Amino acid sequence: MNQDDIRVRVIKTLSGIVPELDPGSLKPAKSLRDQLDIDSMDFLNFLIALHEEFGVDVPEADAGKLGTVNACVDYLAQALQQRVQA
Amino acid sequence: MPRLGADMTAGKVVKWLKQPGEQIKRGEVIAIVETDKANVDVESFIAGVLERILVEPGDERLPVGTPLALIRAEGAAEPAAQVVTPAPIPTGVVAPAAVPTAAVPAAAIRAAMPGAAAAGERARISPAARKRALELRLDPAALTGTGPEGRVTLADVERAAQAAPVAPAAQVAPAMQAPPAARTEPSPADAAAARQLRMREAIASSMSRSKREIPHYYLACTIDMGRAMAWLAERNTGRAVTDRLIYAVLLIKATALALREVPELNGFWIDNRAQQSAAIHAGIAISLRGGGLVAPALHNADQKSLDELMSGFQDLVKRARAWSLKSSEMTDPTVTITSLGERGVESVFGIITPPQLALVGFGTPLERPWVLGGQVVPRPLLTATLSGDHRATDGHRGALFLAAVDRLLQQPEEL
Repeated sequence: MNQDDIRVRVIKTLSGIVPELDPGSLKPAKSLRDQLDIDSMDFLNFLIALHEEFGVDVPEADAGKLGTVNACVDYLAQALQQRVQA
Repeated sequence: MPRLGADMTAGKVVKWLKQPGEQIKRGEVIAIVETDKANVDVESFIAGVLERILVEPGDERLPVGTPLALIRAEGAAEPAAQVVTPAPIPTGVVAPAAVPTAAVPAAAIRAAMPGAAAAGERARISPAARKRALELRLDPAALTGTGPEGRVTLADVERAAQAAPVAPAAQVAPAMQAPPAARTEPSPADAAAARQLRMREAIASSMSRSKREIPHYYLACTIDMGRAMAWLAERNTGRAVTDRLIYAVLLIKATALALREVPELNGFWIDNRAQQSAAIHAGIAISLRGGGLVAPALHNADQKSLDELMSGFQDLVKRARAWSLKSSEMTDPTVTITSLGERGVESVFGIITPPQLALVGFGTPLERPWVLGGQVVPRPLLTATLSGDHRATDGHRGALFLAAVDRLLQQPEEL
């Protein structure tokens, strides 16, 4: 899975949490919490949905590394690669 | 049409989940009703057989109190007893009240509906007159009072009974017999906008009533969340993402346990007096995307484990945002908890949801200097607030409650 595929699927997962999300105006480097008005319950649900979509369980200590779309893509790409190598 | 929340005046039948002839258990979902705030699963307040559906699903908004169906109560003799949805009650969070006909003893119906006693604020009427009105199957709210301040007296009830010896069900019947309004399918965007407008109206009505009628007092205290946050982080470490807690759950549990210690904050103001509730049903304020909010109940919050509260809370948020709540969740809250955390708001002084007695608010935990053991140290501090109804409680009891919340949050492992 390349980075573009991951990005498309991250945004799709995000729109499950934020139904009114407009992918066109989503800024990939800007904080998700700030631009989408999501709270900790929404964010946890986002992590759960990412787990369902990618099979990657983000540890509590890493949750802070998924603050933007770009960060999510980088984190997931790395996690998926490690899984392939393992 | 049951009143599914203090601010509901009308609703639409979206769907029937039971058909005539089917057995219905008490608490079973029989229909879906659209209110201004949600699509609500309406639970039957009585066991029996669904005899007849009086209102087909449609776009017509029916006033609270409109009969929706006939249910033959369990053990009732033929012909079918008529059990209608609640008689109109002016305002208040109300468990459905039935207007029984002669075929079913009133006591039997009332026994089937313990929640009926928790009806919200009622018409000005003396207790004796109310009892007589119910015996005569008259709607207390519809009576004209000649007593002081328009109070309905026993004599007024007797007079009304002679003038109109017809059950109120018959009086509200025209609403259900009215020809269905012309159907024009609104676009989804229009429907959402209309719903948004009605939600604002519902909130406006409830909040205006609260500020008009409830003499609020407000208290605040600062809670050091250091231990609770550290305990939570440790508990969540190593757990799958589906098995984690958020700190709001600790706040809910601590609030519920503190209410056990100060129970006079938990309940309703009805008939000019406070009525404590033995059960603690926490109404959790949930903001809806696009605006508005709803505060459905997490039932028996004091008795649930943190994991149970977490899954219940997740489920409530999901269904609230999908406009799909149960009638008991809309009508049961005995207190409201609002947490405006996470956006940097330090404190919230909320408006009590009538006819409840209190609202508990939590701000964002913020890293601030704090004196601990003679040293100034950075700690996550949270402002907890209480809005209390001064008719029911005083600041002193309120202060004891907030102190209990603080104490409980210092021992998160005990929650």
